[in-house]
Amino acid sequence: MRHDHLITSKQLSREDVELVLDRAAEIDADPERVADRHAGRLLGLLFFEPSTRTKMSFETAMKRLGGDVVDMGSIESSSVKKGETLADTVRVIEGYADALVLRHPQQGAAKMASEYVDVPLVNAGDGAGHHPSQTMLDLYTIRENAGLEDLTIGIMGDLKYGRTVHSLAYALSNFDARQHFISPESLQLPREVVYDLHQQQGGTQIREHDSIEEVLPSLDVLYVTRIQRERFPDENEYQQVAGEYQIDAKTLEDASDDLTVMHPLPRVDEIAPEIDDTDYAAYFEQAHNGVPVRMALLDMLLESGGENDE
Amino acid sequence: MSNGADDHKLRVSKIHNGTVIDHVHGGQALNVLAILGIDGSEGEEVSVGMNVPSDRLARKDIVKVEGRELSQDEVDVLSLIAPDATINIVREYEVVEKSRVDRPDVVEGVLSCPNPGCITTGDEPVDSRFEVLSDGVRCSYCGTIVREEIASLIET
Ligand SMILES: [Zn+2]
Repeated sequence: MRHDHLITSKQLSREDVELVLDRAAEIDADPERVADRHAGRLLGLLFFEPSTRTKMSFETAMKRLGGDVVDMGSIESSSVKKGETLADTVRVIEGYADALVLRHPQQGAAKMASEYVDVPLVNAGDGAGHHPSQTMLDLYTIRENAGLEDLTIGIMGDLKYGRTVHSLAYALSNFDARQHFISPESLQLPREVVYDLHQQQGGTQIREHDSIEEVLPSLDVLYVTRIQRERFPDENEYQQVAGEYQIDAKTLEDASDDLTVMHPLPRVDEIAPEIDDTDYAAYFEQAHNGVPVRMALLDMLLESGGENDE
Repeated sequence: MSNGADDHKLRVSKIHNGTVIDHVHGGQALNVLAILGIDGSEGEEVSVGMNVPSDRLARKDIVKVEGRELSQDEVDVLSLIAPDATINIVREYEVVEKSRVDRPDVVEGVLSCPNPGCITTGDEPVDSRFEVLSDGVRCSYCGTIVREEIASLIET
């Protein structure tokens, strides 16, 4: 990869994506080969927001590469509580670690932090901003199940606040994909994201819909996200929309047999458990793919060793 | 110089040494002064014409600042709210340099991000940075795009 830091999927070219996915596939096929690759090296975990899954996934990935992690611990017990700036925190932890993973509630936090450190930094979510390592594992799962060529994908649910959705849409715009966005009107993609997708050079085509019926039969992949109750001012409004964006066996009657159903998890009731044992379901596989994909990312970032060849 | 009405007119329309910013969109003159950080407290001599009839713009504003030549940075930022402005540098009552503003690619430390969730709005030691788009500006940190009311983001 040309980059020292992974801040947004927007920075990734098609070649970058393919490099990471190929590397992840190699690791997935033979994890033993990389078991000692980064022995003695430390990954700094800076999670300013709780996220057990993403954090554990990075921790597992680093340990499977032979390395270890240092963790700043909970925010309550750290100096952040005493008012230390993020810029200071990352400069301190940089002294201990060979690479950093940052999750932070504010948008642009990873971008700013990366300007203060020389070690590679991975954005593991910055507010409503970006979550590019999630995107890489999503792409990996799509490639394994449906392929990234000539793809028709439906992305459904809370498209407004879903950073994983924005990151995925940007990355897919490098490919020859037809992206259908399905959501209630109040949770449509931010206009800025639509603007960006229209600006991007790739062959992507985007369409927006408020229901899934008309597009379902054409889909290779259906990517479902959670509609969060707390986004709605009143419960009635939530109840009205929520039901329409839930997937069960009946919903999928018109789907292609080859449809792949994905979800970044955790799910609440967007996908009925009866789907879990069908060939459609790829969401647990998707979660498991987080480890080889993050191993590939860390391996490549640690390999570049913070040298700037941009 | 003589006294009287003619003199008064002369003093408004001619400056000795300084800058005349012409063809500012009607109503933006005070924002131009805000961008330049001119509020009169330093004793600068400033003349402002607002909503003056113009051939190029329906109504234009004119700002004349005595004793001050604008830097390129200032002109860059000015271009965001006054894209049609012309900058006249005056020395000894003569216009020695006349130029149009040119939109920069990036402006730093001048506008503040309107997104309350943006890292630049907190206590971090980071300057704001905006990329200039064809029809607005975009925060380099959080990605927020502002098209209207750029002037209201000017840091004071
Ligand atoms: Zn911002």
